[in-house]
Amino acid sequence: MRLDVHLCALVGTPPVSAFLHQLASGLALGGVYAIMALALVMIFQATQLVNFAQGEMAMFSTYFAWRLIDLGWPYWRAFAVTVIVSFFGGIALERIVVRPFANAPALASVIVFIGLALIFNALAGWLYGYSVTDFPTPFDGPPWFGQRYLSAHESGAILVSLVVLAAVYAFFRFTSLGLAMRAAAQNPTSSRLLGVRVGWMLALGWGLAAAIGAIAGMMAAPIVYLDPNMMAGILLYAFAGAVLGGIDNPFGAAFGGFAVGVLENLMGAYVVGSEVKLSVALAIIVGVLAWRPSGLFGRRIVARV
Amino acid sequence: MELAEARAETEPRAVDRAALLAVDGVTLRFGGVTALQDVSFAVQAGAICGLIGPNGAGKTTLFNCISRLYDPHAGTIVFDGRRLARFARHEIAALGIARTFQNVALFATMTTRDNVRVGAHALARGGFLANALALPFAAREERRLTERAEALIEEFRLGRVADRPVGELPFALRKRVELARALAIEPKLLLLDEPAAGLNHEEVDGLADEIRAIRERRGVAILLVEHHMNLVMRVSDQVVALEFGRVIADGPPEAVRTDPEVARAYLGSAR
Repeated sequence: MRLDVHLCALVGTPPVSAFLHQLASGLALGGVYAIMALALVMIFQATQLVNFAQGEMAMFSTYFAWRLIDLGWPYWRAFAVTVIVSFFGGIALERIVVRPFANAPALASVIVFIGLALIFNALAGWLYGYSVTDFPTPFDGPPWFGQRYLSAHESGAILVSLVVLAAVYAFFRFTSLGLAMRAAAQNPTSSRLLGVRVGWMLALGWGLAAAIGAIAGMMAAPIVYLDPNMMAGILLYAFAGAVLGGIDNPFGAAFGGFAVGVLENLMGAYVVGSEVKLSVALAIIVGVLAWRPSGLFGRRIVARV
Repeated sequence: MELAEARAETEPRAVDRAALLAVDGVTLRFGGVTALQDVSFAVQAGAICGLIGPNGAGKTTLFNCISRLYDPHAGTIVFDGRRLARFARHEIAALGIARTFQNVALFATMTTRDNVRVGAHALARGGFLANALALPFAAREERRLTERAEALIEEFRLGRVADRPVGELPFALRKRVELARALAIEPKLLLLDEPAAGLNHEEVDGLADEIRAIRERRGVAILLVEHHMNLVMRVSDQVVALEFGRVIADGPPEAVRTDPEVARAYLGSAR
């Protein structure tokens, strides 16, 4: 439906300009996919599992922010509090719900994740209702830099995504805590023997993923509108992005997120139409898994036998 | 079997509890298999102790008990006056026990520098909140940690490969990275699991000097599992021989080398 709005606005614009417009707004949602993909990768690297509840967790965080704003809180204060609450919520979730299945078969964890997704979805519907709601953006006003391809919010969303990516990169690259988290994800036994508290590192990963997801939700909601199912499609695109870029490579996953955003928009506008563009994501996932399972930037694991 | 038991009874070994590491009566079973049977010995502070024995004698199993990967069914391991069983696995490093692995357990995609830094991390104070908020003392800690890592990289001549992922390095070099990483936690006891495995003749010679040099420079005690008999005899102050999970000899290298039990364990007895 978002696309229809765009098409209306584009009537009478030259094709090149329309193409650039599609490209640009693809980048805006692509930024959201990129940081969602990053959240997925963060948990995948530590546990080799995809957290199917990531989207619903983000949606729930977004509703939390919406409540705060509804109570009259200034946007950025609500934003910051939501991110912090989501961070600790993520840690609590790992400690209470996920931890007991740490040594269970992968399928048990998958069931737990699906259960969590259903619970958050139902909880949001119960608490806030299923009607589609507007979500405010802090980036109001005329488009930035005098260009006409991106709305202020779209520019802001891209900026926020880039800031999140840079912050996450810096955290993992330059702090010893980030280093310990990487070590714990790669070789838990070795890490323990070096004094790293692997269990806490996992919980911390959940906290970070939840916080990042909350940001993704708040950036997506003004575009896709707020409702309990808002993240379903986004999670699928993010997953496609992560698989495309390489699910064991945060940089690749982020790149994949942007690429899928652009691809989705262009395919929706020019090739398949908006009704079936979600299948583009599935096509990407299936295609990548068939032709290059490690993704564009993933490492191929070669075992010496 | 009976003979061995009789021997054990006639020579009750009192474990020196004041030693840096005192292994006392450790027994560990895997199902019906007894991997370690009443193993007792002591390693003094600053000493190099070689642990030898045929394949399956329980050497690595014993290592895994000392680093808390396995819990013994009976017996105690006392390190620096403290019973190891009372500590969680991640606390062992902070007590002062570091180890390397037979098949090298580095973080393959991380650089040499980062691998060594993880080792140094165990000593870092300040919880993750302080770290996340980048509090001043956390930043100071971070600098100290980096400095220690740099010093180790220099000491082990790893400067040229400091920024390369260790997965790309040749095996001998990777072993050196693992050694540097283990020493980054400033241990009192270093457990080396077959450090010579996979090295060529020349590299083994270098390793013997390296092991002695590490002890001289740091005064760290070293417990060494090794098949390479020459290396063990050259560097050790004390050698403990295991067979089928039991201690069959314990003493200076010369005495253990000529011990008839050890010769029998390795070569089989002439009937």
